[in-house]
Amino acid sequence: MTLNQLMFILFASIIVVFSILTVTSRRILRAAVYLLFVLISTAGLYFMLNYAFLAAVQLTLYAGGIVVLIIFSILLTSHISLKFEPVEWKKSLFSALAAIAGALITIITILDFTFSATNEAAREVNMRLVGKSLLSVGSDGYILPFEVISVLLLAAMVAAIIIAKKGGPKSTDTQTSNYQ
Amino acid sequence: MPFDIYDFTSLTQWIDTSLNDRLSPFWAVVAEMAIVGLLILVFYALIGLFLVYAERKVCAFMQNRLGPNRVGPFGIFQTVADLIKLLLVELVPIRNADKFLFNVAPFIVIIASFMAISAIPFAKGLHAIDLNIGVFYVIAVSALGVIGVLLAGWSSNNKYSLIGAMRSGAQIVSYELSVGLSLITVIILAGTMQLSEIVQAQSTGWFIFRGHIPAFIAFVIFLIASTAETNRGPFDLAEAESELTAGFHTEYSGIKFAFFFLAEYMNMFIVASIAATVFLGGWMPFHIGSWEAFNHVMDFIPPFIWYLMKTFFIIFLMMWFKWTFPRLRIDQLLTLEWKYLLPINLVNVVFMAFIVLMGWHF
Repeated sequence: MTLNQLMFILFASIIVVFSILTVTSRRILRAAVYLLFVLISTAGLYFMLNYAFLAAVQLTLYAGGIVVLIIFSILLTSHISLKFEPVEWKKSLFSALAAIAGALITIITILDFTFSATNEAAREVNMRLVGKSLLSVGSDGYILPFEVISVLLLAAMVAAIIIAKKGGPKSTDTQTSNYQ
Repeated sequence: MPFDIYDFTSLTQWIDTSLNDRLSPFWAVVAEMAIVGLLILVFYALIGLFLVYAERKVCAFMQNRLGPNRVGPFGIFQTVADLIKLLLVELVPIRNADKFLFNVAPFIVIIASFMAISAIPFAKGLHAIDLNIGVFYVIAVSALGVIGVLLAGWSSNNKYSLIGAMRSGAQIVSYELSVGLSLITVIILAGTMQLSEIVQAQSTGWFIFRGHIPAFIAFVIFLIASTAETNRGPFDLAEAESELTAGFHTEYSGIKFAFFFLAEYMNMFIVASIAATVFLGGWMPFHIGSWEAFNHVMDFIPPFIWYLMKTFFIIFLMMWFKWTFPRLRIDQLLTLEWKYLLPINLVNVVFMAFIVLMGWHF
């Protein structure tokens, strides 16, 4: 067994075990921490593929961003003694069946595809290439999705500000006067 | 055994080839990882001990006192004694705490700083992993430490810890933006994110001089934002002892407390070495234009010493901040970031891009 395979098995088993723990844990913050382990191991898989950029994006966006937000909202809303009710056996049975069916479909699809094996070492992804294709209009360009996503993010930001301000335009006067 | 204090490349290559001669490739890689891990661990512990001592001496100097002076000459063994004491202290179990998260939190904090330190170039050829996205990687992994802080605060089941964790979380999440943007300003000038290439590009002049005005603005913003990101004074309201006893690590004792304590100092060290690498040329010696004799004398100082000198200069600045500025309130802290640093930073990035496009840098 090569070191690569060993690392892959390590990461894969962490992902599988902690994914199951994430959905079965009855303590909400523990579930969030298990999710964090899953996301970090996924970043480890990207590092194995020599795609350091995607791995770092995974770490900043998912582990450092989304999990921090989840933990933050749990910190604000729930108490340490809070524990979820155990789920009924019917519900857990059907969700397990659904999960297994989903996994089967994915596995069958993957096995259907013939991957051509190669002995070449994984090539490093050139950062300049990523940046250029993100902003170019040619055949390899991603300028349209890039712009669409920026507009989406802007809209989300405006929406967040409006939700945070609470209420329509009528109540804005009273809101601002409260702060003065 | 080749050993050159100015270039470690030959030494590391010699270790690599001799290990590969004696062992199978699998065990050679394992042995190399063990050596690197052990070296970083020892370095980590030594620097941690030294920084605690330095902090107490600098603090004493700022306050016109003597500082530790009983254990050993000038008290240099004071932190060793403190460490032994910390190792012997009982680990107090908390009955109503979430035990798993309570125990996992210090490890998350310390692993995050470990991952960051592995990407820092200490000297020529003395660089554990040289990723092509080095700067981005360091920002990404150092952001993970905040999770440990949040978990520590919540799982202690203590209101002071929880308030401290919330403050610290809000602070780190907002100041991360400024740290990232000020580094991006320099990346525009360097044209690469690889730390070894960034250092190499500064052989003709440090970026803080070559990028003049925008680089200097970015350097100042980086200093402010990184001081805040490491939870150090004047931004230490996450552990403001007069309000919150000790913030998120109130309930921790013994070695677990030592983990938080050590990680705080190591984060300061990491931030200072990033500042030294990106703005002050890393291990590159200080050169002035065509002063041949002067440059030659500067080349004589080993790169590792240059790196440490620059890093400790930045650390001294950060300690100076801590012991001379009063602590900020939480609203002042957030105003400083969102209303001043972030807009200045965004304008500065555009300014730097303009300067680079026009070729007005050195």
